[in-house]
Amino acid sequence: MRILTLAGRRLAASIPTLFLILIGVFLLLQFAPGDTVDAMMAQMGGGDAATARELRKFYGLDLSVPVQLGNYLWRLIRLDLGFSSIYGKPVATVILERLPPTLLLMTASLSFAFFAGLVLGVIAARGVNRWPDTIISTLGLIFYATPSFWFGLMAIVVFSIYLQWLPAGGFEDIGAVRSGLARTWDIAQHLILPTLTLGLIFLAIYLRIMRASMLEVLNLDFVRTARAKGLDETRVVVRHVLRNALLPMVTLIGLQAGTMLGGSVVVESVFSLPGLGRLAYESVVQRDLNTLLGIVFVSALLVIVVNFFTDLLYARLDPRIQAEA
Amino acid sequence: MDAIRRYFRSPAAVVGLVLLLVVIAMAITAGFLYPRDPLALAGRPLQWPFANPRFLLGTDNSGRDIAAQIFYGARISLLIGGVATLIAIVIGVLIGAFAGYYGGWIDNVLMRITEAFQTLPNFVLLLVLVAVFGSTLTTVTIAVGVVSWTAPARLTRAEFMSLRNREFVQAGRTLGMKDIQLILGEILPNALPPVIVYASVVMATAILLESALAFLRLSDPNVASWGNLIGLGRDVLRVQWYVSAIPGIAILLTVLAVSLVGQGLNDALNPRLKSR
Repeated sequence: MRILTLAGRRLAASIPTLFLILIGVFLLLQFAPGDTVDAMMAQMGGGDAATARELRKFYGLDLSVPVQLGNYLWRLIRLDLGFSSIYGKPVATVILERLPPTLLLMTASLSFAFFAGLVLGVIAARGVNRWPDTIISTLGLIFYATPSFWFGLMAIVVFSIYLQWLPAGGFEDIGAVRSGLARTWDIAQHLILPTLTLGLIFLAIYLRIMRASMLEVLNLDFVRTARAKGLDETRVVVRHVLRNALLPMVTLIGLQAGTMLGGSVVVESVFSLPGLGRLAYESVVQRDLNTLLGIVFVSALLVIVVNFFTDLLYARLDPRIQAEA
Repeated sequence: MDAIRRYFRSPAAVVGLVLLLVVIAMAITAGFLYPRDPLALAGRPLQWPFANPRFLLGTDNSGRDIAAQIFYGARISLLIGGVATLIAIVIGVLIGAFAGYYGGWIDNVLMRITEAFQTLPNFVLLLVLVAVFGSTLTTVTIAVGVVSWTAPARLTRAEFMSLRNREFVQAGRTLGMKDIQLILGEILPNALPPVIVYASVVMATAILLESALAFLRLSDPNVASWGNLIGLGRDVLRVQWYVSAIPGIAILLTVLAVSLVGQGLNDALNPRLKSR
């Protein structure tokens, strides 16, 4: 219970941060060349100045910047993110439609990177400075240096074009109407390559941290005690070392949440997934500033929520944290 | 001297240094080897690598020499990576130094700002900056620097907090030195080494960020950048996959070189950490 208050307090502390971000980005967007009305006029194929003036008045764009900012924040409190003139829908609706693929992709990549990194890190640490360690560490370095979008393209060349095992893009097969398990299977197939692509860099980071943290814990006194008790090596690693070595890995989830969201912008573009990242890219190209601001809000919110759960998980793994709270 | 010897004892660090020197050599010699504009039409489009001795790495879909673009691209990547890193380190060190030295409400305010930057995914912020300020070489470089300063700031702050009450600083204070003299002249030189080692991580990320932006066609289209070429090659990925493959390998090797050198420097400067 105590840990919930502690995590809750940290959650409350991040609300000012959220407002700081929104105010900063809102003011920044005032410098953008052209506003929503310009974008709309361009889409309509031009129009006269009077129409533009009327539209600006309708959207409240003729008011002074502080008033607009106040209006925006006030609407935000009521969870109204404004209206996207490009999509002709409220921004909140547009974002909610695009959220599921991104959440699915992020969860899948994170799980893949976490568990593969964990296993590889343990293997590397067990054979430190021998050939499994050398191979795994070198692979980690190479994965870290690989641009994700390039890896995605090359994966498409190999697995979709030459081997024709997996689809090259999209979230599901649009041609076939499927439901239930068949649809799930179809989506899973579409997500394999994006998951690997997004997870690769994080896999490299996780495996490096896991290896270092295993090596550190393996040298501690309680491990020697466990061995002296006569426990076999597997028991020592699984029951005693792993749990302690996991702490830095969990910290990393919180730290990397933002990077992962940023990475999904690129990966979703490579695999043409209709997700939040792709929406961010489209709204930059189409100058849909309302949507862009909404995405800023939602992605910051997502990072904060992930960090909240990381805090909880952290305390679950290490009871000492609860005691210090 | 000891550190240099230790650096050269690690094979990975030496490989990294050699790779980095090769990339730097490519950037320097680009002008001599390929005096023509790398973005000008050079020959028939989509010739495979090694098929035509005039174009060792082939031509792209607009008939431009890929090898020339790779050489000029080394310039752009190193330039953007280097300058953006410098910007990030300068902002980070300044903010971290003031926050760590003064503590109290200054620290509070500066760390709130840092937290805001950390909470917002940096690629999303990069998109916002490019949407607002456009995508020329200058704005992209500054934008990449502006989204990368938070980790150096935290690192500098931690160093300053541990150093600010050491004896040599107190001695300086007793001598009547001003805060700014203490910060820049006394504490900073001692706090800098880990930050400089960390700069390699910032530079590796900066190169990757720019190439991702270029791939999405949101970076400067008027320079020969590796990311631009990958984005261009995407249109002919089905058959002429080499147009995208070649610049990707260039990015991979450059980022690998920068990280290996950084890792080598880190191990050479902190020998005790390595034995762990």
